[in-house]
Amino acid sequence: MAAAGLNMVEAITCALARALADDPDVLLLGQDIGRKGGVFQATAGLHERFGADRVRDTPLAETMISGLAIGMATQGLRPVAEIQFLGFLYPCLDNLANHASRLRTRTRGRLTCPLVVRTTHGGGVHAPEHHSEAIESMLAHVPGLRTVIPSTPARAYGLLLAAIRDPDPVVFLEPTRLYRATREDVADDGVALPLDRCHVEREGSDLTLVAWGAALYEAREAAATLAVEGISAEIVDVQTIAPFDAATVIASVERTGRCVIVHEGARRAGFGAEIAAEIAERALTSLLAPVERVTGYDTVMPLPRLERAYLPTTERVVEACRRAYLYR
Amino acid sequence: MDEVVATFEIRCRRLIDEAGRPLGPLPPTATDQALITRLLEGMLLARAFDRRCVNLQRTGQLGTFATSLGQEAVPVGVAVAMHADDVLVPSYREGAAQIIRGVAIEELLAYWGGDERGHAYANPAVAEDLPVAITVGNQALHAAGVAAAMQHRRQARCAVCVMGDGATSKGDVYEAINVAGAWRLPVVFVVTNNRWAISTPVARQTGAETLAQKGLAGGIAALQADGNDVLAVHDAVGEAVERARSGGGATLVECLTYRVNDHNTADDAGRYRDPAEVEEARRADPIARLIAFSGIDPAPLEAAVGERIEAAVARYLAIVPEPSAAMFGHLHHEIPEPTRWQLRG
Repeated sequence: MAAAGLNMVEAITCALARALADDPDVLLLGQDIGRKGGVFQATAGLHERFGADRVRDTPLAETMISGLAIGMATQGLRPVAEIQFLGFLYPCLDNLANHASRLRTRTRGRLTCPLVVRTTHGGGVHAPEHHSEAIESMLAHVPGLRTVIPSTPARAYGLLLAAIRDPDPVVFLEPTRLYRATREDVADDGVALPLDRCHVEREGSDLTLVAWGAALYEAREAAATLAVEGISAEIVDVQTIAPFDAATVIASVERTGRCVIVHEGARRAGFGAEIAAEIAERALTSLLAPVERVTGYDTVMPLPRLERAYLPTTERVVEACRRAYLYR
Repeated sequence: MDEVVATFEIRCRRLIDEAGRPLGPLPPTATDQALITRLLEGMLLARAFDRRCVNLQRTGQLGTFATSLGQEAVPVGVAVAMHADDVLVPSYREGAAQIIRGVAIEELLAYWGGDERGHAYANPAVAEDLPVAITVGNQALHAAGVAAAMQHRRQARCAVCVMGDGATSKGDVYEAINVAGAWRLPVVFVVTNNRWAISTPVARQTGAETLAQKGLAGGIAALQADGNDVLAVHDAVGEAVERARSGGGATLVECLTYRVNDHNTADDAGRYRDPAEVEEARRADPIARLIAFSGIDPAPLEAAVGERIEAAVARYLAIVPEPSAAMFGHLHHEIPEPTRWQLRG
């Protein structure tokens, strides 16, 4: 069955419905996900279809949601928790880093934690304070935790199914800016996409653009502009931030000799730094130009009137690519 | 006018006094000699285990360890009151409860000796019990989650979570109590109020008269028990367990006891605590009290417990450390391709 023309939030609903239908151990929990269908409508209709036991509205307490999901997961359930915005994920970090990510190893496999925490990622939708963060690099630093960020409706569908089926904890970050940005045909075939793999979504020979989530759209626009100028950009969608598939990026940079990394989060210790370090360690002699990073700045994500000034723009990406291309 | 819309009370359950004399009519369990023997044996085991652990730590054969000296009635009363198919969610001072439920003594020693395999639990009877919670209070939410899973599957079981008085200052514990009330979860929160959270006395921990009343705030049943009266702990926790298992919802049981020892082997309570207070607490000893009540001669039980512990210590000391690659082996269900090269060093 192919669901024609879904946006990302509809593709996510579709994947959640599929997971609920396929596996009786899957249940959803979060604030306002029941009758309301979630603040972004990601669970619209699921409460009616699967009931209040499997699509559970919770009290307003993020720490509780993360801790409850851990306890449920130790009993073999597969909770999929929704945190309304990434800025509200911070209370969950204690449970994610101290428990979810290490339960399997600290019991040597006796107990496991097959949970997913879904939340938003990034800015650009004129949301209130604390609603537009991009803190994937904090999560990436936690061993045992997978962090996944989809960039299209079809990839959101396939990666979310993979995250739910994975027997270990996954934080699934959904780019808010992409929820309703584009539509594409999504095959509701229950087929998951592989985790821990970058996706080369455009091949090119002159430079490698590495991005994830909504920043991929600036990368795409930049690649189109550069193509007009005769510069051929390859685009790598990282998809799984951690564990990071450096091999795909390295192979690309070995071919192109240049790399520009684009992400919304702050520059300092952003995930771009990790990618640049991998390239420096493993592909230095292939480089024809310094690695460039086009990122958010080392300041607090501003309120909507200034958010455009904070987020990477296509122009900034194009300039960085030109610098890399023209470097001698 | 202000109208009274709700009133509450907290009761404290006490069955026998410090000299072992009944304080009133006793429940049928108080005449169950097999049960009383089991409770006494458990407390003797707890005390001997603690003593041996401190000895191992002082001789460099165990890591930092927190004893339960003086408060043994709580973990023992809790573990004996639980059903086998319930799930224990302990903090780090309930070794006796873990052993009574079926964790091998050498496994506990292995964990406190720095080996993750100590939490692997070979005994299927404890396969679902959670490992000790070092991070204070988080486990209350995990217990609520375990209980939510049991409720979701319509199972007549419960989760029993043990925490200290300090934990009740944490938001996690309030959030757990709150959801347990809202969802009528089959969970029992046992608060071991041993009066000291490292160097902070309970009076500096909260302005509340009792810790039990924090349960009332979340809409669950709540009571105190004399935590040095193992019969009272067993009775109160047992009642809470039966309530949870039969769909009656959650309970908070505050057990009033005293931490006779330092916080752990890395602490010196002499720097912040009046010795007179400790001497006073020693007179409320839960083991002496049960012996006085029951008239049971502890000597044969002590001898058997000692032999059991020594055999376990010998097995513990013979454990060969894991190879270093073991630190990767269980992080995920399989080692992710991107990090596999680190295993090769």
